[in-house]
Amino acid sequence: MKPVRLGRRFGLIAGAVVILCGFGYLLYGGIGENLVYFLTPAELLERGEKAYDVPVRLGGQVEPGTVVWDADALDLRFKLTDGGTSITVHSRGAPPQMFRDGIGVVVEGRLTRAGVFESTNLMVKHSNEYRAPPEGHAPAEMYKSLIREDNR
Amino acid sequence: MIQTIGFGTIAVALALSVYGIFAAIIGVRLRRPEFVRSAEAAAYTNFGLLTVANLAMIYALVTHDFSVSYVAQVGSRSTPLFYTIISLWSALEGSILFWGWVLATYSALAIYLNRDRPGTLVPYSLAVILGVGAFFYLLLIGPANPFGRVWPVPLDGPGPNPLLQNHPLMAVHPPLLYLGYVGMTVPFAFAAGALLSGQLDDTWVRLTRRWTVTAWTFLTLAIVAGMWWSYEVLGWGGYWAWDPVENASFMPWLTATAFLHSAMVQERRGMLRVWNLSLIVATFALTILGTFLTRSGIVASVHAFAEGEIGYYFLGFIAVVLVFSLVILAGRSSELRTAGSLDGVASRETVFLFNNLVLTAFTFTVLLGTLYPLVAEAVRGVKVSVGAPFFNRMTIPLCVTLLFLMGVGPALPWRAASSEVLRRQLIPPVAAAVLVAIVSVALGLREPYTVLAFAFGAFALVANLREYGVGVRARMRAHGEGVLVALGRLIAANRRRYGGYIAHLGVISMAVGIAASSTFRQELDATLRPGEVVMAPGGRLGIRFDELWGKDEPQRFVVGANVQVLKGEKELGVLKPRLNFYRNNDQPITTPAVRSRPNLDIYINLMAFERDGSSVTLRILTEPLVFWIWLGGGIIGLGAVVALWPQRRRRTAQRVPGPTMAAAGTGEGGR
Repeated sequence: MKPVRLGRRFGLIAGAVVILCGFGYLLYGGIGENLVYFLTPAELLERGEKAYDVPVRLGGQVEPGTVVWDADALDLRFKLTDGGTSITVHSRGAPPQMFRDGIGVVVEGRLTRAGVFESTNLMVKHSNEYRAPPEGHAPAEMYKSLIREDNR
Repeated sequence: MIQTIGFGTIAVALALSVYGIFAAIIGVRLRRPEFVRSAEAAAYTNFGLLTVANLAMIYALVTHDFSVSYVAQVGSRSTPLFYTIISLWSALEGSILFWGWVLATYSALAIYLNRDRPGTLVPYSLAVILGVGAFFYLLLIGPANPFGRVWPVPLDGPGPNPLLQNHPLMAVHPPLLYLGYVGMTVPFAFAAGALLSGQLDDTWVRLTRRWTVTAWTFLTLAIVAGMWWSYEVLGWGGYWAWDPVENASFMPWLTATAFLHSAMVQERRGMLRVWNLSLIVATFALTILGTFLTRSGIVASVHAFAEGEIGYYFLGFIAVVLVFSLVILAGRSSELRTAGSLDGVASRETVFLFNNLVLTAFTFTVLLGTLYPLVAEAVRGVKVSVGAPFFNRMTIPLCVTLLFLMGVGPALPWRAASSEVLRRQLIPPVAAAVLVAIVSVALGLREPYTVLAFAFGAFALVANLREYGVGVRARMRAHGEGVLVALGRLIAANRRRYGGYIAHLGVISMAVGIAASSTFRQELDATLRPGEVVMAPGGRLGIRFDELWGKDEPQRFVVGANVQVLKGEKELGVLKPRLNFYRNNDQPITTPAVRSRPNLDIYINLMAFERDGSSVTLRILTEPLVFWIWLGGGIIGLGAVVALWPQRRRRTAQRVPGPTMAAAGTGEGGR
């Protein structure tokens, strides 16, 4: 191979390496800013100053008796607990049908300085395991009154 | 009985595959064609065996034979027949069984159609493809055995995962995905065959061209079907969430797309030979990685339904594939010198190079974002997820660049373009792009990437359509044909090229649909009493809740709301968003109702309801141009059919008769 060609080839490879490094740097920076940690209330509060105003996924149970739901304003407040620590969660928009006391939920959002977790997305934890509902709690019984004659 | 048939056929298939690997290699090395023939016979027989095994499983599912472990896992007497049959792929073991059948089918066909080619490429490819088969059959008699025995025999089973029996698209998405994933085995096997045999010219590219396009098309359609399923079932109004398993299907698509383009450079100019081999290896490895992510339960996802040792098998196999490929590539590196070189910067091959660069960067981005949480958890012990903003910020610029390149490529000739050609070819598309950009901004659009997407969409659209226009006009002038005749003959004369342009149109349609629907998407939650009306976001259409109803079905209990879409006083039609309560799960599955029109989708999800029907909470979304995403998928499929349609035979005696073992192919350098 002639040295001239080699030089050109070297230039191409050097160019590709520079582009790749630049892109890698962008990637590295981008991923660092967009990591969302999955934490429990205790783990979140342990972070001290670093707990505030960063995107987090918070997991735990809905503390029984803390749910305040305003259906007309679509405004929901409840306490999320991991058994020991609990954090007040505020969310706008309708919660899923299965949302209730004691159920496992994951909320996405940020902890504000006021100590309230502003949630942008509320998910009820899915379990794919088979569990028969307790007597009288099967949907077919609970919502029987909705069945109409004209089967649609 | 069923267990014996199923397990037995797969055990025999495994034995035949192992035999075939050795027979093919020994046959080539010792120049004993009869050994190669027997290895081919093993591939054909495996197709029969896997067909029997799959039919046996379907039979067991349909007859509710709960003594078969897989049936006990996913079967249920109350599941409708249709969903019972397709539950063949609703859990790990069954889906690997189905995978095995698809692989056996591809292997038998690819080998049969190439059995008489001269040289040693095909026998080596046969050994590789049987090797891949052996791995999957090993899974089926080991960690993913669907034919286990259950004792005592249960009276009934839980039925498939509710999410997977809630929509007919479940009958479409997984098989398409397997046809795409598994199809990539064929080009991989032939590429490896080329390296092993030393037949390093572009024979393997030509032999597998149709296979690659076929697999790519199935993969494309599978991804679009998956997006559609997600849109129709998951209830958040989106179709892509950068979910690890969506990414898993997307990464091999990216590398395969890169390959479809760079293969043309190799065929035309003899360049990029190592690169093409690497792309095919990467594509194949990514399909296995995708299966690993999906089937090992390592990532939390809708799709991940398995846990346990099977992950190690997949990791081991990926390692074997990568090391094997690296070794055979390195072994031939001195023979793989590039034959051609770049002549001009403004040429089609340059555009293809950029296309490959962007697609590779794209793949790396998605790969990093997908694997980062796994690495972080393994190394630092923290649970993190990489947010969608990362993917969007990194990939939207790449998408816009690809859209631009899609217009430049067809407009430029091979080798080098004169500035006069450049001007003539690029002025109309550039004018269209500028016009669209100005109109978008004038109409108040301020998102830079959406403006760019629309502008480059118009650019690519005009550039690709112009290729048709120029060709048709030339034919009309030269042969005096009418417009339609000229168009038909133009396409028939070069199906691959014009089919490719049709696929481009489909991608443009999807890109515009995605850009518009994600930018202009509006959302509103509302609690309504019967008869109450709320304006859908956007303010043109009203939504009235009429009544709540319930329905008892064998496998589920359905709660639905009748919702009327109104334009002023006029009733446009009823939508019925539902919540489906499956007997085997305590969570209801949302089933949104969508009114889809070319300009706008209205998407209504039933979020919550009062038990007596006195009020419901609805999530109402309006998203423009979603329709064009699905249409784009269809157009891509059409383009693929055009490209794959058999060319009228010009060469009648294409197959060269004679001994397969003629001259162990030595590397034919450049040309």
